[in-house]
Amino acid sequence: MGEETFKLMQGNEACVEGAITAGLNFFAGYPITPSTEIAELSAAKLPRVGGKFIQMEGEIASISAIIGASLTGKKAMTATSGPGFSLKQEGIGYAVMAEVPCVIVNVQRGGPSTGLPTSPAQGDIMQTRWGTHGEHSIIVLYPSTVREIFDTTIKAFNLAEKYRTPVILLMDEVIGHMREKVEMPNREKIAIYNRKKPSSSLEKYLPYKVSEGDMVPKMANFGEGYRYHTTGLVHDETGFPTNNGKIAEELINRLVHKIENNLDDIVDYEEYKLQDAEEVIISYGSTARSAKSAIDVLRKEGRKIGLFKPITIWPTAKNQIEDLSKRTSRISVIEMNMGQYFLEIERIAGKYSKVDKYGRSNGELITPKEIVSFIKEG
Amino acid sequence: MVSQLIGKYYRTGSLPHIWCPGCGNGIILRAIVKAIDNLGLNQDDVCVVSGIGCSSRASGYLDFNTVHTTHGRALAFATGIKFANPDLHVIVITGDGDSAAIGGNHLIHTARRNIDITTIVFNNNIYGMTGGQYSPTTPTGEKGTTAPYGNIDANFDLCELAKAAGATYVSRSTIYGANMIINQVEEGIKNKGFSFIETISICPTYYGRKNKKGNAVDMINQLKEMSINKTAYDKLSKEKRNGKIVVGELHKSQRTEYTEEYEKIIQSF
Repeated sequence: MGEETFKLMQGNEACVEGAITAGLNFFAGYPITPSTEIAELSAAKLPRVGGKFIQMEGEIASISAIIGASLTGKKAMTATSGPGFSLKQEGIGYAVMAEVPCVIVNVQRGGPSTGLPTSPAQGDIMQTRWGTHGEHSIIVLYPSTVREIFDTTIKAFNLAEKYRTPVILLMDEVIGHMREKVEMPNREKIAIYNRKKPSSSLEKYLPYKVSEGDMVPKMANFGEGYRYHTTGLVHDETGFPTNNGKIAEELINRLVHKIENNLDDIVDYEEYKLQDAEEVIISYGSTARSAKSAIDVLRKEGRKIGLFKPITIWPTAKNQIEDLSKRTSRISVIEMNMGQYFLEIERIAGKYSKVDKYGRSNGELITPKEIVSFIKEG
Repeated sequence: MVSQLIGKYYRTGSLPHIWCPGCGNGIILRAIVKAIDNLGLNQDDVCVVSGIGCSSRASGYLDFNTVHTTHGRALAFATGIKFANPDLHVIVITGDGDSAAIGGNHLIHTARRNIDITTIVFNNNIYGMTGGQYSPTTPTGEKGTTAPYGNIDANFDLCELAKAAGATYVSRSTIYGANMIINQVEEGIKNKGFSFIETISICPTYYGRKNKKGNAVDMINQLKEMSINKTAYDKLSKEKRNGKIVVGELHKSQRTEYTEEYEKIIQSF
């Protein structure tokens, strides 16, 4: 196991491999294209490693089940796509509020509604940020290669455990179904983070109390003797509901700031040929692959252009993007939608740099050639 | 001074409860706790999961591992908990709207799996927390704030539903017969499989007032008069069956339990 090995692997398969490496031992899901392989592979692999798989009666049931499992100490995941992701929002909000670590995979397909089930899209960018109601922050990761899916799935679990929050792993139909040769990392070198457990006496445990300088409460597993209450209602540090406005404000602030104040730890990205770049493409997921090819073509023609590929979509890499906007004259946001992440980039970079967008929502990939033309026209 | 039962199993700090004067929910809650006490379960091994509504506030008052979930999803959360840790005794507290309307599908499928969860429905025939709208168990013809001219829906027989879906223990009781509730909850917990217990509660504030049922005592007496056991009910003519509440154990069967079946798969490797 210590050696690096090579494998031909599908994106959805890499997600399951990464999840099991991170400690996944509970999966609940419901079949939906193009994420179904994640459920199928979990069903096959989990019982072999002592884990559990259950096919629930629906998407809401699945996310509810993984939240329940996580309360008993399991590392839990569900996977879905577009219409199913809309249904997950109820559970995502609960997991945010009750601070229950879990991973929700959304392999995007064309929408709205049942849309284009077998075609790629990146139309759920804003839904991942604001899909569930109420003020909150969220962590959303989006890999673009099969190897990166493996690594990012592990990161998704680590962040979920560390910050006691649901983490959304975004993919798209292209990277979910694509097969690539993957150099599997040495497992002994992979860092795995597990939730912090209480060390206080059983009687003194307050499930939502944070210690000085920390923003994440310690989490006991059900069945270990730390009997506590958890709810989706606003609650105080005992876990019991309250209508007290001051407590509500403190709670919501903490839930938001535990993520927004830790950007250095959470924000992940890839830079490609940015060192001397005078213009930048910002692109993610499968579209970033086309952007890389386009950059290679444009570089050959003498244009100083590079790629900034966010892997952490939310919270945004705002410091890095602002820096880029100060040293480049044009930022082009290229995505398989009509300009969702563009809105966020324009907000951050628009003060210093020209921000353009290119994208569409017809279920067709954006090709390198199109990107080259778009950049040249600008 | 609180009773021993309340002192041991209730989180007295979270009292007083939010239920209206005359509400039947407290009777059911005490019966559940009494059943747990009779069985001598360790509190650390008990997990109480509830949904949303008046009934579902109960989880917060009890000193176990407790989860107050989202509307209708208590059984789905509970399935995750029980499947993840089969050593826990998982008890679901839910209401008629929570379990039969928004959570109806979860009820069917949890019964189908025969996973070892004991579900107690606090059936007060109305959505109490939101102010008296008709529910799937509001009798046809009766009123709610959203049925001002009378409910035209047919009301659900939840026990028949649970039985048909595969529950291996099904019973019904009313808050008039607290001892019957205690006994049924004990039987439900002892049953290795999905147990479904419907307890008919009262909501004098909304259901009672909207339908001129009188005060809480009147309503409890009505439950007493309407209740009948299965054998006696079966002997009644069709006309006389109308308006009766069939109480007692209604179904018991044996079937493989879900978490045990899955454990066999794990052990096969």
